[in-house]
Amino acid sequence: MEHLGILEGRQKQILEKRSGMTQADIACDTSSLSGSVSQRACVFCGSRVVLYPVADAIHLVHGPIGCAAYTWDIRGAVSSGPELHRLSFSTDLQEMDVIYGGEKKLYTSLIELIEQYKPKAAFIYSTCIVGLIGDDIEAVCRKVARETGIPVLPVHSEGFKGTKKDGYKAACHALMQLIGTGSTEDISKYSINILGEFNLAGEAWIIRQYYEKMGIEVVSTLTGDGRIDAVRRAHGASLNVVQCSGSMTWLAKEMEEKYGIPFIRVSYFGIEDMSKSLYDVALKFPERPDIMEAAKQIVSEEVKTLYPSLQKFKKALTGKKAAIYVGGAFKTFSLIKALRSIGMSVVLAGSQTGNKDDYARLREMCDEGTVIVDDSNPVELSKFILEKGADLLIGGVKERPIAFKLGIGFCDHNHERKIPLAGFVGMYNFALEVYQSVMSPVWQFAPRKGGLQ
Amino acid sequence: MLLRHTSKEVKVREGLTINPAKTCQPIGAMYAALGIHGCLPHSHGSQGCCSYHRSTLTRHYKEPVMAATSSFTEGASVFGGQANLLSAIDTIFAVYDPDIIAVHSTCLSETIGDDLQQISKKAKDDGKIPEGKYVIYASTPSFVGSHVTGYANMVTGIATQFGVSTGVKKSQHNIIAGWMEPSDMREIKRIAQVLGVNIVLFPDTSDVLDAPQSGKHLFYPKGGTTIAELKSIGDSLSTLALGSISAEPAAIALEKKCKVPFETVDMPIGLSATDRFIMVLSQRAGVKVPDEVTAERGRLVDVMCDMEQYLHGKRVALFGDPDQLLPLTEFLLDLNMKPVHIVSGTPGQQFDKQMRLLLNERSPETNFRNGTGADMFLLHQWMKNEPVDLLIGNTYGKYMARDEDVPFIRFGFPILDRIGHSYFPNVGYSGGLRLVEKILGVLMDRQDRDALEEKFELVM
Repeated sequence: MEHLGILEGRQKQILEKRSGMTQADIACDTSSLSGSVSQRACVFCGSRVVLYPVADAIHLVHGPIGCAAYTWDIRGAVSSGPELHRLSFSTDLQEMDVIYGGEKKLYTSLIELIEQYKPKAAFIYSTCIVGLIGDDIEAVCRKVARETGIPVLPVHSEGFKGTKKDGYKAACHALMQLIGTGSTEDISKYSINILGEFNLAGEAWIIRQYYEKMGIEVVSTLTGDGRIDAVRRAHGASLNVVQCSGSMTWLAKEMEEKYGIPFIRVSYFGIEDMSKSLYDVALKFPERPDIMEAAKQIVSEEVKTLYPSLQKFKKALTGKKAAIYVGGAFKTFSLIKALRSIGMSVVLAGSQTGNKDDYARLREMCDEGTVIVDDSNPVELSKFILEKGADLLIGGVKERPIAFKLGIGFCDHNHERKIPLAGFVGMYNFALEVYQSVMSPVWQFAPRKGGLQ
Repeated sequence: MLLRHTSKEVKVREGLTINPAKTCQPIGAMYAALGIHGCLPHSHGSQGCCSYHRSTLTRHYKEPVMAATSSFTEGASVFGGQANLLSAIDTIFAVYDPDIIAVHSTCLSETIGDDLQQISKKAKDDGKIPEGKYVIYASTPSFVGSHVTGYANMVTGIATQFGVSTGVKKSQHNIIAGWMEPSDMREIKRIAQVLGVNIVLFPDTSDVLDAPQSGKHLFYPKGGTTIAELKSIGDSLSTLALGSISAEPAAIALEKKCKVPFETVDMPIGLSATDRFIMVLSQRAGVKVPDEVTAERGRLVDVMCDMEQYLHGKRVALFGDPDQLLPLTEFLLDLNMKPVHIVSGTPGQQFDKQMRLLLNERSPETNFRNGTGADMFLLHQWMKNEPVDLLIGNTYGKYMARDEDVPFIRFGFPILDRIGHSYFPNVGYSGGLRLVEKILGVLMDRQDRDALEEKFELVM
C-alpha cells in the first residue's frame, strides 16, 4: 500500500486483501493519531446516541452549551408516544461555574426540569470539563432522586476518557442501574429484549412485529422507542437479542452475569441476516416448535414478495462497486451480504470502532482486492474510492458530501436515514435507495466523467 | 406538538437552558479559519468536538469540511496537551500539507491550562513548522460567550498574527467580514468591485464552502483569503469591520498593532444598513457611488414601496446572532413590520445596548433578551403569550413554527434542512430583495391557504 502515500502511522490500520494472505492483522481499538482528520467522535457522543431514544426521560447535558446544542434532535430515533428526548437541556456552564464548580447549577437545573416536564427518569451526562473540575454528580443525582422520587442517573461520559465505545459502556452502566427495579410479573417465558436497536425511521417497530408474530413477548427495546418502565423490567426477559455489537454487548454480558439471561448477536439488515435473526431466537425456545414454524412462515412469506421485487434492482446494479465506511463493524458484515444480493461487490470496507475479531471476520468475507480500513479519514476514503472505482459510498453525515463531490451515489446508513432499512421491507428500501442513487443521471455531469464538452 | 410541554407562564430559571439559541466558541473559530486559503482548522481538545463541528458545518453547507483534532485522551488531560498538539502539528504538515494550521482551544484544553501561544512558539522553535508555513491560534473556551465569540476570536487571531506594518502603505482597504455566508462574502467583494474600491476581505469562505462539483475531493478548495493578502493587511489604508460583535474586535486589534484606522458598520442587511456600508466604503475610498449601485438600491426601494401594504403591522419573532439581528430588526422596522420578540443566546452588554437603542427609538414595547436565559424555550413562551405572524431564525425554529402554526423563514446559523444560504446573499440591496421576497412568499402563501373561498384572490 506504499504507493498510496498513506500516513506512516496509519498503515497498520489499513490492509488490502490479497491471495495467500495469512497474517495481516489490522490494528484497531486504538485512539486516533493526534492531528488526524478522523471521522470519529468521543465518549459523550457514544453515550448520547445509545440513551437518546429513551423518550420519557429527560437528558440533561452537564457542561458548556456546545455538547447539548450539537446533539439536539440529530438522530431520527422515533417515539410512538412522549418525545422528551428531542429537546435540548443544558446547564450551560460558564467561566464562574468552571472555577467554583457546577454542582449547584446542576441541582437547580434538575429540579427545574423535573418540575416542568414530570419525566419518568433523568439521565445526567458529564462532559469533558465536568471530569476536570470534579463536580460530584453522583451526589447531586442521589439528592435529586431522593427529593423527586424518580431515578436520576449519572452517565460518566467525559469526552476524553476513551473512545465512543467507552461511551456506549457508560450508557449501558446507567441502564443497568434501572434494570431490575421493575416488576417482572406476568412476563412470558418466551420473551426477549431487543438490544442495540434505536428505532431509526421506525425500524424497531418492524422488528418487534416479527417477533410478536412468532408468539414472543418483547419486554423492552433498548433503547429504540424506549420507556423507563420497560427498561426497569428488562431483567424479566428470557433472552437478549443484541444488534449493533459495539454499543450493547457490554450490557448483554452484564445482564447475563447478574440475571443469567443468555444473549445472541443478530443483524436485521439484508434477507440472510434478517431471517437468521428470527431463526436464532426460535432456536432458543426448542420446546415450542410453533415459534420456529412461525419464523419460517414469516420468512417465506416475506421473501416470496421481496425476492422478485429486488430483481430489477439487481439487473441494473450487477457489476457496480460499493465502498462502506460506517460506525460499527457488525453493520459492515450485513451490508456486504445485502449488497451482494443485489449484484454489487464491495471494494472498500471499514468502520470507526471495529475490533480485531470484527476485522478478521471482515477479511474472511471480503473479495480479493478489497481494502479494509479502521478509523479512516477523508483523504484515504476518497483516494480508495477513486482508485477502486466505487459507484456508491455507504456512510454517515461526514462522508456524504465526499461521495457527492466525487460524483458517486450515496446511502446514509447512519443517524440520518429517512426510511427503515432494517427488516425485509428495509431490504427493499435499501435496494431502492441504492438503485436510485447509483443509477441517477446526475453523476454523468461530474467533470470527472467528461463534464462540459 | 413536539414542544407540547412548553408552558405559557414564564418563570425565572436559575440554571437550566432549554433549546439553546447559541452554541459554543470552537465552531465559530473553525468556520473563520476555513475562510483562509489552504488552511486546516485544528481543534485542540477531545475528538468529539471536532466531529460535532464538522458535522454541523457539513449539514449547513452540504460540503465536506476538513479539520483535524488533537484527540485528547485521559493522559493528555492530566499532563497537559502540549505533546498532543506538537505531534499533531507534525502529522498535519506531513500528511495533509496545509499552508496554515489554525488551532483553536476547547473547554477541555482551556481548563487544563494549555497555552496555545507558548505551544505554537515551541513548535516554531523546534523547527516543526516548515518554511513558508504558519501555525496560528485563538483561545476559544466553550464556557465563555458563544459561537459568535469564537468566530471573533479566530478572526482577531488572523488579524494580529498575520498583520505586519512595513511602513509602506498599500492602496487598499481591509474589510473584515462578520459571521456571514459565503454568498454574502462574494456579494461584498462584488459591491467593492462595482464601487471600484481595492479591498482585502477576510475571512472569505466563498469558493470554500460553496465549491463547485469537481469530481474530486479537494482538501483545500480554491477560495479563502490568501497568505499574501493577509500579510498585507497591516499596510492597508483603513479597515471596515462589518459587525460590532463578530468583526470589530479584529479591527481594534489590527489598529493597535499596525495603526490601521478602522470604522465599524452594521452588517449590510436590509436597506439602511446597506446604505451606510456603501456610503462609508465609497467615502473611505474617495469614489463616487456608481449608477449601477444606485439602480440596485432603487429596485429594492421600489419593491418595498410596492409591497408595503402586505407587510405593515405584521408581527415578527426573531432569534439568532447579534450582528445579523441588529440590521435585520432595523430592516423589519423600515418595512413597517413589527418586531415583537427578539432572542439571542449570545451574551454581551454591547449588543444589549445597541439593540435597546434601536428599539427604544422605534419599537420600545418589543421583548428582547440576550445571554443567560435567552433560549428558544423563552421565545416560544413569549410567542404563546403574544402571538406573531412570522418567525425568523435558524432551522431549530421549525419546531416552534409548527407548534404555533406560524409562517417561518430560515435565516442565520445553522440551516440544516434547506439550501440557498450558500448561494444567495442576504447582504446588499440584492440581499434585501431576497429577504423581502422570502417574507412576502411565506406571508402570502399563508393568506392563500387560510382564505375563505370567496376571499381567495387571484391577484392579491
